[in-house]
Amino acid sequence: MTESGAIPIAGRAAECPFDPVPELYEAQKDEELRRVTVPSPMLGEFDAVVLARYDDVKSVLADGGLHMGGSMPYQAGNLLSYDGPEHTRLRRMLTGSFTARRARELKPQIEGAVEAALDAVEKAGPGADLVQLFCAPIPTQVICELLGVPYSDREEFQRRTQVALDFDISREEQMRQAAEMEAYMAELVAQHREAPGDNVLGRVVRDFGDQLTDTELAGIGNMLLIAGHETIASTLSAAIALLLRHPDQLAVVRDDPSATEGAVEELLRICAPATILPRQAAGNICVRDREIEEGERVVASVLAANRDLGSHDENLDRLDVRRPPQRHLTFGFGPHQCLGQQLARVELRVALPALFNRFPTLGLTVPHEELDYRTNALVFGVDSLPVTW
Amino acid sequence: MKIAIHRNRCIAVGNCAALAPEVFDQSDEDGTVVVLDAAPPDHRHEQVREAALRCPSSAIALHGETPAHDG
Ligand code: HEM
Repeated sequence: MTESGAIPIAGRAAECPFDPVPELYEAQKDEELRRVTVPSPMLGEFDAVVLARYDDVKSVLADGGLHMGGSMPYQAGNLLSYDGPEHTRLRRMLTGSFTARRARELKPQIEGAVEAALDAVEKAGPGADLVQLFCAPIPTQVICELLGVPYSDREEFQRRTQVALDFDISREEQMRQAAEMEAYMAELVAQHREAPGDNVLGRVVRDFGDQLTDTELAGIGNMLLIAGHETIASTLSAAIALLLRHPDQLAVVRDDPSATEGAVEELLRICAPATILPRQAAGNICVRDREIEEGERVVASVLAANRDLGSHDENLDRLDVRRPPQRHLTFGFGPHQCLGQQLARVELRVALPALFNRFPTLGLTVPHEELDYRTNALVFGVDSLPVTW
Repeated sequence: MKIAIHRNRCIAVGNCAALAPEVFDQSDEDGTVVVLDAAPPDHRHEQVREAALRCPSSAIALHGETPAHDG
């Protein structure tokens, strides 16, 4: 057993937030499992086994020896609060709404949202903040329509989402925000109980309403609302910031439509917006032949694992948008693997090339070092991206 | 090439239906895999192999594959 002091919860390096802290690379090489202290006002300071190797992360996520346990604040209806058969039961109510075909069918709508956002950026002129005008509005509009949540309510729920995902905000404040979110969604759910709409919330109420409490329904709605807008907005912001640092790679995304799919997978791999996946050992388990005891907390680093991929390719630290798609863990692995990943892919594939084609000379108005990265949030991204062209 | 599905393994992630939409779809009910073409034509084999490889729960089995063509 190795104790290696404290590391920041997401394990992102201060100098370059796209890179893992050196301790994670060391943990990857270490045959022993490392225990570290993880400071977080949201989760409380805790000791955890940190997993940084691709094969380790993948195997523990797949085999059921770890569970969510008390690793995140509990919320009824949120799939990330459940394990085993209870999780399967709830998840099966939603998987039919997030198929690859449905994601494809949403493409025209996504293209519309992207065009509208690009028009808004153009209208605002140089100095425009892409996060406010591009990264956030696109997924927010898409998930609102998909779910049946009024887009006009976005300011409130966007603000609450930021709080809900910030590891640096205290548990008390988190609880207060969670109560507000629940009250908001409870009202929408009540409307769908009266007259189920032609959207995902309406469908869940229609097909499974008799098996779910109002609290569970509100939890499902909030989970989808939060996961559906903030993850994609953050990924867009991080991917754009990264490409602006690599003009040659940006040019590929801009000029070669046949490269889009692979480029998006590569950006997902490097950005790893859901940087860590917190878990708890359900019983005594083994990783390789090293033991993790029942109840121990575990932090799986997607960021580090994505640069290992179980191979010894040193080049995996480099962004290369022409790389064939890799089996990254950006959407997790195993039973909790991202429900919205096909939708996320379609949105990213439409939005990124469109941005660079509308503004081929896009650049930041501030030096790269001055960007504020959200390194201590559950979802990594950039706070604002002031641009010119 | 013949496609067989381990139905109880499928977790409805949809990679197969995204990678080879002419061969795989997903049920509207619970998102689990639906095979549209269990014996796909040669020009789709590459896509189908990729889909099987990228299935997170190894629910797609391919028969009649010559190992030399794998990967
Ligand atoms: C680029 C964007 C996205 C990324 C990087 C991402 C990442 C992830 C990851 C890593 C997990 C697994 C968490 C864990 O195992 O602890 C997850 C789960 C989930 N995601 Fe996403 N996600 C994205 C977009 C979306 C979208 C657009 C939606 C919904 C519309 C969504 C809905 C969900 C849900 C509901 C879960 C929980 C699934 C479960 O527990 O069974 N995600 N996501």
